[in-house]
Amino acid sequence: MKLTRPALPSPDKRWKIVDAKMRRLGYKKHALIETLHAVQESFGYLDEEALTFLAGALQVPPSKVYGVATFYNFFSLKPQGAHTCIVCLGTACYVKGADKVLAAVEKCSGIKSGETTADKQLSLLTARCIGACAIGPAVIYDGTVAGHQTPEQAVAKLKGVLAHAT
Amino acid sequence: MLLEELHGIVEKERAARKEICVRCCMAAGCMSSQAAEVKNALEGAVTGRKLMDRVEVRRVGCMGSCGLGPMVSVEPGNLLYQHVTPENAASIVDALAGGTARVERCDPEHPFFTRQTQVVCANSGRIDPERVEDYIEAGGYATLHHALLEMQSTQVIDAVLKSGLRGRGGAGYPTGLKWATVAKSAGAHKFVICNGDEGDPGAFMDRSVLESDPHRVIEGMAIAGYAVGADQAFIYVRAEYPLAVSRLQTAIRQAKQHGLLGAGIFESTFNFNVEIRIGAGAFVCGEETALMASIEGNRGQPHPRPPFPAESGLWGYPTLINNVETFANVVPILSRGPDWFAGHGTEKSKGTKVFSLTGKVRNNGLIEVPMGITIREIVEDMGGGAPEGGKVKAVQTGGPSGGCIPARHFDTPLDYESLVNLGSIMGSGGMVVMDEQTNMVDVARFYMQFCMEESCGKCIPCRAGTVEMHKLLTKIVERRATLKDLEQLEELCDLVKHTSLCGLGQTAPNPVLSTLRYFRNEYLELLQPQSEAVSSKQ
Repeated sequence: MKLTRPALPSPDKRWKIVDAKMRRLGYKKHALIETLHAVQESFGYLDEEALTFLAGALQVPPSKVYGVATFYNFFSLKPQGAHTCIVCLGTACYVKGADKVLAAVEKCSGIKSGETTADKQLSLLTARCIGACAIGPAVIYDGTVAGHQTPEQAVAKLKGVLAHAT
Repeated sequence: MLLEELHGIVEKERAARKEICVRCCMAAGCMSSQAAEVKNALEGAVTGRKLMDRVEVRRVGCMGSCGLGPMVSVEPGNLLYQHVTPENAASIVDALAGGTARVERCDPEHPFFTRQTQVVCANSGRIDPERVEDYIEAGGYATLHHALLEMQSTQVIDAVLKSGLRGRGGAGYPTGLKWATVAKSAGAHKFVICNGDEGDPGAFMDRSVLESDPHRVIEGMAIAGYAVGADQAFIYVRAEYPLAVSRLQTAIRQAKQHGLLGAGIFESTFNFNVEIRIGAGAFVCGEETALMASIEGNRGQPHPRPPFPAESGLWGYPTLINNVETFANVVPILSRGPDWFAGHGTEKSKGTKVFSLTGKVRNNGLIEVPMGITIREIVEDMGGGAPEGGKVKAVQTGGPSGGCIPARHFDTPLDYESLVNLGSIMGSGGMVVMDEQTNMVDVARFYMQFCMEESCGKCIPCRAGTVEMHKLLTKIVERRATLKDLEQLEELCDLVKHTSLCGLGQTAPNPVLSTLRYFRNEYLELLQPQSEAVSSKQ
């Protein structure tokens, strides 16, 4: 029986990037994680439409796609805020007071780690270790790593990011 | 690519070198402190002062002292500058023309630098990691040529065996034996995997090696592929290391363009391809069978061994899986000889080890030291002890799988066995210094929370045991526990250690066990008063 691949979910150009990734890996089942990366990179998160599409395109059961997507911390099934703040909680950062930085940031933003503010402006996340141990505590603001962060610096930076957005 | 062409690149590079080389560290640590702007400022100053004929500004990898970044070095003169800013960087160029540099100097004669023996990091901080020509000029890919055209695959394995190299990922299995097993295993395909899923919090050796000298790792993998008979390799890198991923991509592309990867390398019959696989934030994927499951596109869950990957690995084929630092050791072993390599280190642990020295210590950063060095030399002489008059209490090695070593054991020479005897492990090389302000029970809880959240959930001892141990530790930290709780915790430690499926669960109790062994008082102090009478009787 000849299997036909499902059509791209929409004419959105980002799906072409995702499709190119799968094509490069020969639409093999083992391309699943790489493709999930491509979807998240293009769309910011993985929604049901994307997961269903990948299941069809790679001939993998939807349950497995969902299982893989939820197993790995890096994948997000919810849309992220316009800005992200990731507080590293690796050991080196932790012994230097990363917990206090996180507490200050949570208080300032009014959300807990893993949440997004109601106005969709900020997502607050924590990291296991980003390998910036020598400059801990480290915080990643919108993809840029900042070292030697104090709770005051982090709050000031966050206020700057949020003010810039509005 | 032929040997003559390789030599041609070396000559061309040497001829293009300028009198003065200003090197600007552009590894992730310094990049986060504006290293890119610093490099721009340096280049602008060189152009502005019309020194282009004499001075070259080069992007390089990690110089080691990441806590002092951005770092800039000037050669000749062996000058080292720290905390360079885009504003004051130009004065470094002024100093070359007789002016003064208004930048903090860093002493290159400090023990932090002089006690190091750089084998893996030999090119780190010296060559441009994004130019294959730089690597070739430093002798790169000549060893691959030598191995492919002048050595039998068995001779390569013999050399690695003789060097005494042991796996740098933590467990310390003899690398040569692993290679020999894969070489002997029959299979229609064979694979080489480089494990760059450096998950231990507080460890960044692999990130630094990949960012500073990616070709070294690729060349090591290609030699391994030749030795075991594999033509396809994967390098699994954490998604948290975007710079390492991008430098690897660049390196692989350049190696392919120069015919150093691909079909018929150096016009031999050897074909070798390397693909990158990006992790997705699961600590358990550092475990080899879980890592392979992840490459196959599945949830990163381990499976029981045997069969070991050397016999039945990726898609059931014989697979050689080594850590980044292990592969980075292959080129020096072959180029300088196994005896030279075995001349470093202790009787059972040969060579050097890269450590990331972090936490409550004055000099943070990446160091490469011979095996057998004492912890005291590392923490006190190289690291400069605790900052602001604090007192170092313990050193944590091996991340969530390791343990805490108290200051009274700091004179122990470091090797795989001595660390195990002290209740810790070598691990991948994270070394987090803790001072008197650090509460050891809290540290144990921190690691248990890590293991609890990272447990893949496949086997019950790890999935349920880590949750229960975390509950008990929380109870102790919150002063609600009794001696009975402590006894239950110890019992659980023993159970989880001996019945878990993979390394994650088997070693999850280590931070608790080692802190109980050396800092039991800190636990007892937190127990409820009525239980103290019982504990003092024992």
